[in-house]
Amino acid sequence: MTDNNNGVLVVVEVVGSQPIDLGLEMLALARRLTDSMGGTVTAVAFGTGLETTGEILTAYGADQVLINDNPIFANFHAEAWLPDLSNIIAEVAPAIVLIGHLESGTDLAPRLAFRLDVDVATGCESIDIINGRPHMTRSCFGGLAREVVTFNKTPALATIRSKSQEALTPMKERAGEVKHVSSILDVDSIRTRVVNREREKATGVKMESAKIVIGGGLGLGGPEGFKTLNEFADLVDGAVGASRAACDLDWCPRSYQIGLSGRTVAPELYLAVGISGASHHMAGCGNSKTIVSINTDPNAEIFKSSRFGIVGNSQEIMPALVEEIKKLKA
Amino acid sequence: MKIVVCVKQIQNPEIPPAQFRIDEEAKVLIPVSGLSPVLSPFDEQAVEAALRIRDRAGEDSDIEIIILTIASKGARAVIKAALALGADNAVLLSEPTFDGSGGYVTARNLAETIRAIGDVDLILTGRQAADGDAGVVGLGIAEILDIPAITFARDVQITNGVVNVQRVLQDGIETVEADLPALVTISNELGKVRHASMRETMRAAKKPVKEWMPEDIGLDEAQVGSSAMRYNLERLYIPVNDIECEFIGGNTPAEIAATLAQHMREENLI
Repeated sequence: MTDNNNGVLVVVEVVGSQPIDLGLEMLALARRLTDSMGGTVTAVAFGTGLETTGEILTAYGADQVLINDNPIFANFHAEAWLPDLSNIIAEVAPAIVLIGHLESGTDLAPRLAFRLDVDVATGCESIDIINGRPHMTRSCFGGLAREVVTFNKTPALATIRSKSQEALTPMKERAGEVKHVSSILDVDSIRTRVVNREREKATGVKMESAKIVIGGGLGLGGPEGFKTLNEFADLVDGAVGASRAACDLDWCPRSYQIGLSGRTVAPELYLAVGISGASHHMAGCGNSKTIVSINTDPNAEIFKSSRFGIVGNSQEIMPALVEEIKKLKA
Repeated sequence: MKIVVCVKQIQNPEIPPAQFRIDEEAKVLIPVSGLSPVLSPFDEQAVEAALRIRDRAGEDSDIEIIILTIASKGARAVIKAALALGADNAVLLSEPTFDGSGGYVTARNLAETIRAIGDVDLILTGRQAADGDAGVVGLGIAEILDIPAITFARDVQITNGVVNVQRVLQDGIETVEADLPALVTISNELGKVRHASMRETMRAAKKPVKEWMPEDIGLDEAQVGSSAMRYNLERLYIPVNDIECEFIGGNTPAEIAATLAQHMREENLI
């Protein structure tokens, strides 16, 4: 597999029959890459009940969609996906494979790389074609630095961070081919057994799609601090997140965590409350359009990324801010 | 039962960002002078996970915890730190013969070493190194050894030859099992790690540290070092940030909040 040159293959995760946003964002990146180096954009979707998924992916930029519709793929399971995905990649022979940098993709991509005997760049923010070769830019050192890497073998695998790309405007009339593939999986080859899965019920606005995200950190002083953040979020249709430190202290659910080992958000407004701005946190919110922060420490790192800053105690400022927003909404 | 914990020594990731420097010409980190390297935090938690397994098994268990690292010869301090936490012995692949850069070469070096150690039941690694942030090596070792791998663990238990892992999902917890031998990567949700006791620190000095050469793991020098690297580092840099923060003051919280709300409204943020 040394001369793969058939464009870009995108592994798109699907919830219900709807591709996740990051999948659509990666299709836009794939289109840009093929515009520059040639070849086609292939989208691959695994799951069940994917009747309408093909046309959605075509509208968002795929030339070819391969649908692997099978109940065994209803939930993500790296070991189950690997044989089929390796097989599809061998057949399509893409120069680049894009996978979402989510809990699923970070679990899948390194295994896939070793199985295909190629290399993977994880957590990429951008890919550029220079002299015909993909140059992957990724965050490292906890978000403090960026590195640009190239590989000697193809396909180049890359996991792409949420919100680092913008999805294309869908065009219903775009032509594309939708094919159904059947699974070659031998279920006896799966060695890891999922014995239980507990998911927290999602409430309110989804963090990744919220226009306003409010993040809480140690400066909140305790779990009560999140009550005011929730109140603020309800008023502005926002979502509440948190720093790793606040999650580690169980001040809020684990699912709130924004950062390197948590979620990635890029809202119009990120309101950072009592968050110092450690680089591993910024890795999850640094792409926000505007950051506003409240912190007692005037030298807090977060202010260096903020449009507006308040040096003060968030436990006093936040309730006052909630009152102000109520006035504005009245 | 043998547990191998793969660890990496790195520059302390908690330094203030202002002290963080890159030599863009050489494409390397400029170490902060006077700062001792530390165990990568996720790897330290992997050591903790191994110790908890042994604690549960009790004093009389036959569990042997082996620390495995690729590092410079001067890395003894970091190995000792892991031994002082309670690990039994260590294997060091020393640089520059073993060039750790690149997930592919690193995973192969570690996998072949684990094969050479022999009869290893469980391999633990951090979910990712806190410098490269790649999260590739652990899964790579499992693929090379053709054993099951479970990622992002917050709890690892062993019962009758089966590893039972609670994995952290973005919106919940998943319990996954596999027969040993297996590999598990550890996430920060594992929680607090122990401190070295005086007794273990004293004992650590006497614990064996083997330094292995390529021939000890059945590879030749061209296969273990930078010549085997398959990736090219084209550039390493610190991104520039040109945002100017406008600070908002006032006499009372209400006044400050009112000014902030007004600014946010003017910029169409709310």
